[in-house]
Amino acid sequence: MTPPALADERRMTRTGPPRGAGPAAAPSARRRRFRLLGTITLFLLPALVLFALLVLAPIAVAVYTSAFKWNGLGGLPRNFVGLDNFTRMFGDEVFVGDLRRGALLIALSLVIQLPLALAIAMLLNQRMRGRAVYRLLFFAPYVLSEVITGVLFTMIFSPDAGLANQILGLAGIDGPQWLADPSLVMMTLFLVMTWKYFGFHMILYLAGRQGIPKELGEAAAIDGAGPWKRFRYVTLPLLGPTIRVSVFLSVIGAIQLFDLVWVLTAGGPIHSSETMAVTMFQFGFKRSQIGYASAVSVVMFVISLVFALGYQRFVLRRDTEGAITTMRAQR
Amino acid sequence: MALGRRKAVTLAVAALLIGGVAGCGGGGGTGDAASGSASSGKVTVEWWNISTSEPLKSFWVQKVKEFESAHPGVTIKNVPIENEAFKAKLSTVTQSGKTPDIYTTWGGGVLKQQIDAGLVKELTTDAASWLGDFTPAAMQAYQFDGKSYGVPYDIGMVGFWYNKALFTKAGVTTPPATWTEFLDAVKKLKAAGVTPIALAGKEKWPGHYYWAYLAMRIAGLDALKQAAADHDFTKPGFVAAGTRLKELTDLQPFQKGFLGAGYSTPDGQAATVSNGKAAMELMGQWAPVVHKDAGKGLGDDLGFFGFPAVEGGAGSATDVFGGGGGWALGVNAPPAATEFLKFISSAQVHRAAVETGALLPVLKGEEDAVKDPNLSVVAKALAGATGFQLYLDQAYPPAVGQEVNDSVAALIAGSKSPEQVAQAITDTAESE
Repeated sequence: MTPPALADERRMTRTGPPRGAGPAAAPSARRRRFRLLGTITLFLLPALVLFALLVLAPIAVAVYTSAFKWNGLGGLPRNFVGLDNFTRMFGDEVFVGDLRRGALLIALSLVIQLPLALAIAMLLNQRMRGRAVYRLLFFAPYVLSEVITGVLFTMIFSPDAGLANQILGLAGIDGPQWLADPSLVMMTLFLVMTWKYFGFHMILYLAGRQGIPKELGEAAAIDGAGPWKRFRYVTLPLLGPTIRVSVFLSVIGAIQLFDLVWVLTAGGPIHSSETMAVTMFQFGFKRSQIGYASAVSVVMFVISLVFALGYQRFVLRRDTEGAITTMRAQR
Repeated sequence: MALGRRKAVTLAVAALLIGGVAGCGGGGGTGDAASGSASSGKVTVEWWNISTSEPLKSFWVQKVKEFESAHPGVTIKNVPIENEAFKAKLSTVTQSGKTPDIYTTWGGGVLKQQIDAGLVKELTTDAASWLGDFTPAAMQAYQFDGKSYGVPYDIGMVGFWYNKALFTKAGVTTPPATWTEFLDAVKKLKAAGVTPIALAGKEKWPGHYYWAYLAMRIAGLDALKQAAADHDFTKPGFVAAGTRLKELTDLQPFQKGFLGAGYSTPDGQAATVSNGKAAMELMGQWAPVVHKDAGKGLGDDLGFFGFPAVEGGAGSATDVFGGGGGWALGVNAPPAATEFLKFISSAQVHRAAVETGALLPVLKGEEDAVKDPNLSVVAKALAGATGFQLYLDQAYPPAVGQEVNDSVAALIAGSKSPEQVAQAITDTAESE
């Protein structure tokens, strides 16, 4: 349906200029630019209105309420407390713990989850029997909803009857208390996160890998580069843009992690797997301290924003020049 | 032609989107619409309840029909919502300044916040003729400063549900009546290789029952009331409650991995007791129902005993801790809503509801309608109660109630001392 219509439009624009050509070309060009501006505004307007209404306005409201002590009931907040919510937050060991746990999750993701995804992507890029099936299998967890994943793993990690400890029991090992041990729960959470998200990063890397021309690898092989050197000096640099985007998504995802934790542990035991988003939910919906919860959400937003802007400015900017330039720069 | 069709599709999608957004904003707003159309003789009363399971679900449907045929022009819009979803939905709606005409409430601090925000209709005069029919224990959670803002439909209490066979196996012949006897029973059960107690550590509220009951037994009901008023939980009685609870947790009486266990999940607290893997749990009157849902059920082996007395404590062993369910009216509810409340609270209708086995008596002289032997024990204990304390996470403002749950959970996990628990609750109460 779309192609013929598009072709029509193109033909029209191509036949357009001759009609307007001639002595009156200059004013018509200005008018055309003006009309173009009008068109752009008209087409942007609905998106801008929605963006302002659904994104900008809630941010403004959250920043506003974060300066009040407010239980969320009875019209607008009145009890202005300035920055009290923020000073309280940074004195609260649970919130400071949230920051520490968030950093831990980010570090683990970058050091373990993404390299694992990369390794499997490289493996599944080889010629092998059943490659499509493996790709599908590894990607499948990503398609499941977070809630279903959470319920599934609460059953797998159940202390006695759970699958994990049953299997360990067969091997004669007394399995740990995966979700009930405060010192182990973050590792369990990371395990589930990895299971859930590595397939997504794997697909990104696979797509990126397939965009690399075969000739480059072949040329390197002729020059005498072994498999590792071909990976290190040809594939990896050319995968740079993909890796940088996947790091970005991974970090932002870890900062905002909520549903998986909520279903698996509800942040427990004794706050040892709580994330910023869980703390925000606890205060907003369980304790009805909307002001404080808004302050938590504001901090979460600022952290994400600063990271996103900084990353765009310093890391992703190189990618606008294209992958080939990056390689030349490295050489 | 192609363009025309595309435009039509776009318009249809846009219409759907707008319709969807409008639909989302519409929840709970019918209160105003109902009072607006009251003049024309037709009234719609929106009724949010949590009766999503049988037998109550179809019982209410039946009663709504009966009421509607007796009151032409009145439509009761029956909206059953699952418990947790109900709480989330109601808090969203109340934050936007609206309430359904009739809705489930558990009274206490949450209801008080809604009252202070001007969202709840006072019933003291409108329902004066029939408010006296309820037992004082059942009414307590909905009364503030001598005024009534809701009526009960269910009341219950927390106590120990235990497995008689496992108690016999461990040589515990009579249910413990004092805290010392209770600790002895726990030791005997452990020695017999039985897990004494099941606890849902992930969900925090079941843990707070222990601390609350100990505080009631040691410091007494008046001290709890006073502490809430003074924002001071550091009195010796409250610290002692923590110390006594620590005596229990030091015996390691709970099932393996209890810190990660849920309540009604397949391997949770209820299932553990129901499948005979732990000897008892401290839980409300709904425990037998959940037992059947989550596990095999104990049948005749299931027994009930009240929370033991604590030697030298100020509280009486007949003071009970619990809560129930009630109905509150939105501030704009039409008179027909009050009329409907009167109907479902009438001796005839409520007695029938109690006879289904899903609710406990809230009206005076209704105890004999309870057929189940265990629930009958609960109903009699409630009828003979010398004092009543609502669940602390309901009685106090939400932040204080959650802090009680949180701190007691930390005490049970061994990361907070009794003094720190008392201090943390006090700090939160002061900041409210």
